[in-house]
Amino acid sequence: MKTVDTLEIAESIEYLCREANYTINPRVLALIEESSRKETSVIGKKIFSQIIQNATISREKMIPLCQDTGIVIVFIEIGQGVVLKGLPLEDAVNLGVRRAYTSSFFRSSIVKDPVEKRINTFDNTPSIIHTKIVPGEKVSISVMIKGFGSENATTLRMFPPTIERKEIEEFLLSTVKEKGINACPPLFIGIGIGGTADYALQLSKEALLRLEPMDDWERSLLDSVNRLKIGPAGLGGDVTSVYLKIKSFPTHIAGLPVAININCHILRVGGLEIE
Amino acid sequence: MDTLKVGDEVFVSGKVYGMRDQAHKKIVEIIESGSRPPIVLSESSIFYVGPTPPKPGEKVGAIGPTTSIRMDPFTPLLISMGVKVMIGKGKRSTDVIEAIKKYKAIYLVTPGGISAYLSQFIEEIKLIAFPELGPEAIYELTLREFPTFVGIDTGGNSI
Repeated sequence: MKTVDTLEIAESIEYLCREANYTINPRVLALIEESSRKETSVIGKKIFSQIIQNATISREKMIPLCQDTGIVIVFIEIGQGVVLKGLPLEDAVNLGVRRAYTSSFFRSSIVKDPVEKRINTFDNTPSIIHTKIVPGEKVSISVMIKGFGSENATTLRMFPPTIERKEIEEFLLSTVKEKGINACPPLFIGIGIGGTADYALQLSKEALLRLEPMDDWERSLLDSVNRLKIGPAGLGGDVTSVYLKIKSFPTHIAGLPVAININCHILRVGGLEIE
Repeated sequence: MDTLKVGDEVFVSGKVYGMRDQAHKKIVEIIESGSRPPIVLSESSIFYVGPTPPKPGEKVGAIGPTTSIRMDPFTPLLISMGVKVMIGKGKRSTDVIEAIKKYKAIYLVTPGGISAYLSQFIEEIKLIAFPELGPEAIYELTLREFPTFVGIDTGGNSI
């Protein structure tokens, strides 16, 4: 048995929110730099250079990478051998978000009533929290900060079970063609396949948390997306997407849910473990 | 402005209104009810933006464009009332393209997600109206050599 005070979780969330908004994830920057060498359009090259300069200015001057400091999506894996004490977990997570956003002067982008009044909560809470109980005695926390220019491009389709891979590719391409330009390309694309409608959407987010190497199908889908020539900032070019990852889960005999999570070029993800 | 063509690089200097979704909705409601809006639309420029608050001692925070197409239901009316320049990101609806052609306006785009970089080209930001909306209030921004590209030119040619 291990006891973890949820205040430690609040502190971790506060740290991860600050890091994600000020410092580009080194693997994200490496993927951007690698792709920038493939870009041949003059405007595209200029935008890649602005993206790289933005990362330096943000870190040095402590100005957020993007004015849309996003909605905070938190994934917490809690070991079965862990006892949580202190504030209720969700309150602790929101405390961490509140502290990071108010003390760092990040933008408060969350409104309370989504339909009628849309009154700002002025502390960027509540966040979206996914918890999972796993074996072990540690707490693993991942944070994804998502702007809504890209979240509005998220798409789900419930396919019949008899389709071929080609149809998933066509769905991906039509989604990027229709919505990619608004999501701040060059894009990071997460695809969730299987499960249920809601779970496929969650998988499409989780697919972008670890930036593991792409397999052959993922690379070929990425190449197809890049043949759309939407380019950096949608102004034409060779690089429309820099990374694409699929996460799958078993599903029902009658269906094949496919969710596409489109993320902008500053994929703001980070994580840590409390042991 | 007539000589600018889609894709051309344009550096913008001067005052623009910073406003986005809820401010557009409110301004159009005010105009449609026959009242006077809190901003002067004639010969004006609008930047679709919701900045982060400046830190103490700083003039501006992070500033960059939001997705323009969400403003499209409100834009043709505002163009007809004198808005000449719009700055944002992404494509526009055919209604907006038609209004741009008819009234000889222009739509400029600038990349999203590079707000620390873009903040260097903002000299000042002032709150103008609807403070209760927080980041969605109307601001007046003073731009200096702010980098953009032509997204839709006065002839209606679009990216």
